[in-house]
Amino acid sequence: MTPAISARDLRKSYGKLRAVDGVTFEVGYGEFFGILGPNGAGKTTTLEMVEGLREPDGGEVSVLGMRPWPRNPALLPRIGVQLQASSFFERLSAREQLRTFADLYRVPASRADEMLEVVGLASVAGTRTEKLSGGQAQRLSIACALVHRPDVVFLDEPTGALDPQGRRNLWDLLRGIAAQGHTVVLTTHHMDEAETLCQRVAIMDHGKILRTGTPATLIRGLAQPVRISVESGLLGQEDARALADGATVTDDGVSLTFTTTEPATVLARLADRDALAGLQVTGATLEDVFLNLTGREYRA
Amino acid sequence: MTAGHAPDAGGHTPEPGGRAPAARGRRWQPFRSLSRAMSRGFVRDRAALFFSLLFPVMFLLLFGSIYKSSSTPKINVVEVGRVSVLDQARAASHQLDQVLTVTHTSSLATALNDVRQATKDAAVQQQGGTLTVHYSIANPVTAGVVNSVFSGIVQAANQAASAHAPAYQLTTEQVEDKSLKPIQYLTPGLLGWAIASGAAFGAAITLVSWRQNKLLRRLRLAPVSTNSVVTARIAVSVAIAILQTFIFLAIATLPFFGLKLTSYWWMAIPVVICGTLAFLSIGLLVGAVAKTQQAATAMANLIILPMAFLGGAFIPLTFAPQWIQQVSYVMPLRYLVVGMQNVMSRGDGPASALPAMGILLGFAAVLTLIAVRVFRWDEI
Repeated sequence: MTPAISARDLRKSYGKLRAVDGVTFEVGYGEFFGILGPNGAGKTTTLEMVEGLREPDGGEVSVLGMRPWPRNPALLPRIGVQLQASSFFERLSAREQLRTFADLYRVPASRADEMLEVVGLASVAGTRTEKLSGGQAQRLSIACALVHRPDVVFLDEPTGALDPQGRRNLWDLLRGIAAQGHTVVLTTHHMDEAETLCQRVAIMDHGKILRTGTPATLIRGLAQPVRISVESGLLGQEDARALADGATVTDDGVSLTFTTTEPATVLARLADRDALAGLQVTGATLEDVFLNLTGREYRA
Repeated sequence: MTAGHAPDAGGHTPEPGGRAPAARGRRWQPFRSLSRAMSRGFVRDRAALFFSLLFPVMFLLLFGSIYKSSSTPKINVVEVGRVSVLDQARAASHQLDQVLTVTHTSSLATALNDVRQATKDAAVQQQGGTLTVHYSIANPVTAGVVNSVFSGIVQAANQAASAHAPAYQLTTEQVEDKSLKPIQYLTPGLLGWAIASGAAFGAAITLVSWRQNKLLRRLRLAPVSTNSVVTARIAVSVAIAILQTFIFLAIATLPFFGLKLTSYWWMAIPVVICGTLAFLSIGLLVGAVAKTQQAATAMANLIILPMAFLGGAFIPLTFAPQWIQQVSYVMPLRYLVVGMQNVMSRGDGPASALPAMGILLGFAAVLTLIAVRVFRWDEI
């Protein structure tokens, strides 16, 4: 079966800046795909070319077997988009906003009201969009993208400006969307978000895709040592060293920490000695993969 | 219309022609919902409502009072003692009392002081056959009027004394219709300005704010034609302009203002529609060029405000200096104002508005073409 989205060698330059420099990826039907990268990596430009908002300088893109550029009226009813800004009509209530979008897609108003329930905004249906909180506005924006039951949904940094509660709250909503069989493409610079939501991610920087794969594969590929720590004083220094040969052992008076590439052995031996109080195991995260690939220097 | 998943394409894209009535009704759905969204946005914007509906009425009050007081002022005359020549002249002709206000005093010194202080325009004294008029040259126009009025009175008195019937008589007639008071030019002028600002600002601000909040791109990714968006904006602006017209005319025809609509006043509505299109095209161009709402407001002001002075809206062209009358020919506002004036307050036939309408439509077409060329969906 052909993929839902296929991009081949996409290129886009603004003057001398190569914003997107040969990007290739595929997204299968029903897949939750993430494009991960720091600010200015070229994520949004890539997404815009796939959506059909920008003409690529080079390369090819097809969505649901159709070319998105130039503006393709046959494709538009089958994709849903959520842009970075809250793109709303001025001075309309949440319900009016969603009903207007429903009308634009020739979907009955009852579907708009149903969507308002799905994103949990029924209680603020009569509130003007200018008065909604950041999280509520994002939910409404996502509802507008989904009101016509599109096959493919594009979400550009949906949790961009939200606080931790707002983000987790939105994640539940996004998982629900994915469970309904929509193909979802999401851009983000939050690693935890990509790790928890996406089945597959592409890590992007300087206009290129550096690595593509499932979050777990990418993390395993790093072969980073795991940190195991228990309460200090459960084992003597000598005892601890003997228990885990090859591991680095430190004791700062609060925690006894093993840094090891063979966490299974260490954990089994700690269990044998009944020394698991205050156990914490920290593995590599997508963040480590990301920093490993893109470097640690700060970029504004 | 079902929204299925991947493989069942086709059903999503209605082909034009040969569709059921329900489907045909749906073709207008985006237009209707966009118009509804825009009119709600307008009605809920208190500032916009004030500026397009109430502000022009305030201007009507202001300009109405300015032009009312500019009608020829009466001459204040003080009689020192008895002035029989003047009393007889006033008794003979009531017209004189429309020009003169007469008071009495017995003290010449007080009267002269009043003239010097300009609280009176002239002091008159009669000693036998001699009429002495004391006046001040501080206001030359009043001085001239005083001199000619009194020499007229003296001549009439001499003629009456000679007991001959006058050989010549003078009657005067104003060339304008008697009803052509200032309100008759002020109404079309201020209404034209209100419609012009409403249409230009409405289009410019909508375009810029929709570009800024990315609604334009969002709409570009929805199955909505550019035509639907543009026609919805036109429909809403025309509706606003017609609303402005009716409110403004309702107020101007109140006895307090005293506007008298002439027989073909309804012909002003097509003129209003053409004018709205012309100023929408200006707004479209401003919205296409301006990057921020502040810039759009400034640019629209820069175009509309001078035009209000030079195009006959604030200064009726009949009273305007020659150079303004010349310049007004290149101002689209002139054609909106004059077109409305002809049919609504001068009493000309319906056809008299046609040239103005043609010019406004031509202007709208040219500017829209330019606007489409410089239009950008995005800020970049």
